[in-house]
Amino acid sequence: MSDDAAIVVENLHKSFGDVHALRGVDFRVDRGTVLGVLGPNGAGKTTVVRILTTLLHPDSGRALVEGRDVVHQAAAVREIIGLAGQSAAIQEELTGRENLEIVGRLYHLEKATARRRAVELLEQFDLAGAADRPAKTYSGGMLRRLDLAASLVARPSVLFLDEPTTGLDPRSRIGMWEVIRNLVAEGATLFLTTQYLDEADELADEIVVIDHGRVIAAGTAEALKDRVGGNVVEFALPDRDRLAEAARAVAGLADGDPSIEPDTGRVAVRVGSRGSEALVQAVRELDAAGIEVDGLALRRPSLDDVFLALTGHAAEAEEDGGGRRRRRRSRHGASAPAGTETDATTEGVGR
Amino acid sequence: MSAVTAMRGTGAPAQGPPTGLGHRLRLGVMDTLTMTRRELLIWFRVPAYIFFTIIQPIMFVLLFRYVFGGAIPVKVPGGYVSYLMPGIIGQSAAFASFGTAIALARQIQKGVIDRFRSMPIARSAVLTGRLLSDSLRLTLTVLVILGVGYAVGFRFQNGWVPAILMMLLGIALGVVVCCISAYVGLAIRDEESVGSFGLVWLFPLTFVSSAFVTISTMPGWLQAFAKNQPISIVIEEMRSLALGGPLALHAWQSVVWLVGILVVFIPLSVRAYRRV
Ligand SMILES: Nc1ncnc2c1ncn2[C@@H]1O[C@H](COP(=O)(O)OP(=O)(O)OP(=O)(O)O)[C@@H](O)[C@H]1O
Ligand SMILES: [Mg+2]
Repeated sequence: MSDDAAIVVENLHKSFGDVHALRGVDFRVDRGTVLGVLGPNGAGKTTVVRILTTLLHPDSGRALVEGRDVVHQAAAVREIIGLAGQSAAIQEELTGRENLEIVGRLYHLEKATARRRAVELLEQFDLAGAADRPAKTYSGGMLRRLDLAASLVARPSVLFLDEPTTGLDPRSRIGMWEVIRNLVAEGATLFLTTQYLDEADELADEIVVIDHGRVIAAGTAEALKDRVGGNVVEFALPDRDRLAEAARAVAGLADGDPSIEPDTGRVAVRVGSRGSEALVQAVRELDAAGIEVDGLALRRPSLDDVFLALTGHAAEAEEDGGGRRRRRRSRHGASAPAGTETDATTEGVGR
Repeated sequence: MSAVTAMRGTGAPAQGPPTGLGHRLRLGVMDTLTMTRRELLIWFRVPAYIFFTIIQPIMFVLLFRYVFGGAIPVKVPGGYVSYLMPGIIGQSAAFASFGTAIALARQIQKGVIDRFRSMPIARSAVLTGRLLSDSLRLTLTVLVILGVGYAVGFRFQNGWVPAILMMLLGIALGVVVCCISAYVGLAIRDEESVGSFGLVWLFPLTFVSSAFVTISTMPGWLQAFAKNQPISIVIEEMRSLALGGPLALHAWQSVVWLVGILVVFIPLSVRAYRRV
């Protein structure tokens, strides 16, 4: 293969009995870039990873890793990939060092080389202090890091990470992002699945959104956000009784109706591509109507908005913004209990 | 960081799949030995595994020798302890396969097997390494049991060569049963299910046998099963080797059973391994 695609996936189908897990998935990943595969539980993310890492044969379709067919040249694919699966594939009776050394030996590194590589990785992943403790004494974050280290022993040129931060606390997640960013800086091609929108936003060059075994959207984070309809002016009212009045006051800014959340007293107005000028106008209108507001802000749509707009049922997508907002909130709460998600998203956009 | 970048891709020595049968064979042996070492290392770390391999067989010897033994009449030279030892070696060897099934199911659940399958490792190495480490483990079990047996009055009565053959046959029985258990572990893939019902077949096979009592004391309908099932047959052969007695009939039956089980379960296990 002479072009610069590290991964090419064409029309993949896979069924488990009557569960149609993949229904025609296509995408490609350029060498040295990060693809974030985003999707809810059961979307088919792990199935794609398993096919690309030669663990599972597709029913039909084709997948190439560095030009090597994952079915017909599986052995050649295994030479160049690394996999950190959805659960940490660590032998917990063995120490961190032993786990890495054995992986090195299985990659046919010389004994001394395997040993050196283990030390290197233990240091790189901040595990040197725990190197000689059985891995069952490790915290979840340490196990994840050790698992990632194990996938890097042979310096793979294409790396697959299946939900690398699921189950980690916010601090460990940020730490993991740091580690992943460094890997990318070293030039690896990265295939990353996640349920966290901020994570894809933060790490991925391109994003593929999968739902029910199909790619429902693909592009950069920015391109996806543009698809949902641009910026949002948002504010809260201390006086809940005046919500309707406030919505009327700012209706002139909106492409559609402003959305209202009676529970929290929040109002959101989609203002398309207009930015601070829309914000200024909102201040004027509200002031003229004599309405006092809290936290008036302009925000870019988050991937949350994108995700919901794309995966929400068609009927709901036509619904007024209020209903969508509420669903977004609850999803938000379920996926990331810590309040860091919004901050991280905003930061990601600025990047 | 940049030094690391420059080295990327050079970590794995082979560029592309290995060529040549000799080379592949060499890598296969290397992988098998690495896996064996790995399994033994794990085994040393888990007190429960050591208990099952060493302490439990010792307890069985003492239990049958001193608690049940007095009530079990046998007609062999040397009395019940002579009758018991080949039986208990066969039973312990078969039970050792619990570890095989549970360890494999556990490694599948943890994703460890997936990691191996995504690596350029000989496809057979996980199984061959496993069986090699199992046979070392079994050897230890057999030696420990014989040591305890000697302490409580057991003596080989038929010379050293048959004695060694008996030990080897016991180990072979264990390895063969490990193959069945490996398949169970790979097919069920769930540590708890394997532990609770995946291996129940071991109980009738080991206890409804000639391991501890003479089959003629069982009700007629049970005798038919007890007499013709492989563990009884192998144990009878081991007994003849240890104490002297007719060898031929049980010898070829043993070989047919052991080879037959391997022929069925090795391909099944390999297929289950590829599919997990
Ligand atoms: N071995 C299997 N046998 C039966 N069904 C399976 C199997 N593996 C996956 N599935 C089904 O295929 C679908 C896709 O599963 P997959 O694991 O790829 O989803 P996912 O996107 O990784 O989800 P999650 O976010 O929960 O990890 C699901 O409906 C799942 O139940
Ligand atoms: Mg998954």
